[in-house]
Amino acid sequence: MSDSTDEVQSYTVRLELVDEPGELLRALEPIADNGGNLLSIFHERGNVTPRGHIPVEVDLEATPERFDGIVDALRDAGINVIQAGAEQYSEALTVVLTGHLVNTDLSDTLSRIHESSDATVTDLSLAAPAGTTDESSARIRLATEEGAVDRTMSAVRTVADEKDLRVIEPLAAGGDL
Amino acid sequence: MRLAVIGAGAVGSSVVELAADYGHSVTAFADSGSAVVDPDGIDAEAVLERKRTDGVVGSVDPSDALSADYDTLVEATPTTLGDAQPGFGHVEAALERDRHVVLANKGPVAERYADVRELERESEGTVLFEATVGGAMPVLSTIADFDPRHITAVRGVLNGTANFILSRMATEGLDYEHVLAEAQDLGVAEADPTFDVDGTDAALKGVIVANVLANDDTEYTLDDADVEGIQEITGSALELAREDGRTVRLVAEVVEGSVRVGPRLVPENAPLAVSGTRNIAQLETEHAGQLNISGRGAGGPETASAVLADVGRL
Repeated sequence: MSDSTDEVQSYTVRLELVDEPGELLRALEPIADNGGNLLSIFHERGNVTPRGHIPVEVDLEATPERFDGIVDALRDAGINVIQAGAEQYSEALTVVLTGHLVNTDLSDTLSRIHESSDATVTDLSLAAPAGTTDESSARIRLATEEGAVDRTMSAVRTVADEKDLRVIEPLAAGGDL
Repeated sequence: MRLAVIGAGAVGSSVVELAADYGHSVTAFADSGSAVVDPDGIDAEAVLERKRTDGVVGSVDPSDALSADYDTLVEATPTTLGDAQPGFGHVEAALERDRHVVLANKGPVAERYADVRELERESEGTVLFEATVGGAMPVLSTIADFDPRHITAVRGVLNGTANFILSRMATEGLDYEHVLAEAQDLGVAEADPTFDVDGTDAALKGVIVANVLANDDTEYTLDDADVEGIQEITGSALELAREDGRTVRLVAEVVEGSVRVGPRLVPENAPLAVSGTRNIAQLETEHAGQLNISGRGAGGPETASAVLADVGRL
């Protein structure tokens, strides 16, 4: 067994893609661009997630350090990474934020949630019926590691508090978040 | 049993009206300014008619009702916060005379639970308060039957007015102010709906549940609850929830010694997503999974049914 960081290992990455032309290519580019060696792609074309996304499983080889870069690059490209290596993002939770979302930099809000909780934004829906300068609402789906729901919720609350946004939290009853 | 009913609002009046149906007689009945006392039982119909036409229930002083002959005092005056007076004083007067007390008024058990229990210990009388949580629904008696030590959490939609507003907003795509006005026209919301929409009413019920679950180890009051209302919920937030198969409900949650009330996302088809003025309480039991109790959480005859069920338990 070796802990060496420059030894090439194989990884499986599970993605959820939007059903649009070119989306698969867009997802594979960050892998090649960051030094990953593609082994196989399993594109479950007929199988869609409840939200209409297409699950794709990618096997690749990379050093652990490059692998981390690949996952970051995929997320930066807006690709939903459901599982990366052994680290499974197994709990999904949905929150609705309301307030001056656009004026308070929605993108910064999302990256702060990601940075302080390691949760990944897998879906975002924005409603701004009175225009983006007025109050708006956003539904955000977050994928977190198992057992990290409380940490994620507290990260959401902290950012929302600072930006004077209101959070409609999910009810944890019965594990249905 | 002989009942003294204090409070002549919707609940108190319904108790007087229905008592005979349950085999009880009312020997005293008081509103805030007057009382009627008759050791042989008052004429319910005549007294309620007098209340409707003259605005008074009788010609004697309200305090005469407290000193009348009765077995059980039914406290149905409006809920007050802080020292919970005058309701608390009525409870005290009855227990000091070793009489039973059945509460429809949330104040004494939400704000001064330890004081009420202390008075009860020193008295031959018993205090029951099923009607304070969830109107007609048997929430507290079910918790008592299961034993509070085997209930790990209670979640519920415990305010019909707030639930009516949220469910109308979601189904009709209307905004808060519009639906609130409609609810007031329909008589679902009061002229001053503050306690219903700001979460206070649901929180008082949550606090009462927390007091029961704590088994006298810890006392909870409204100050211990984390409370958020529904006034800021927008139509677009509800629409976003709906697109994802969810909706928003004002949920009171009592878990691990904390009481929390606020708008929460729940799956649209979940038991907690009741619609209209309907209420639900969901008990999380240690050995038997979830138990849902749903029904009418407010209203005169509904709440009076819970009061009379308590009288029957004594």
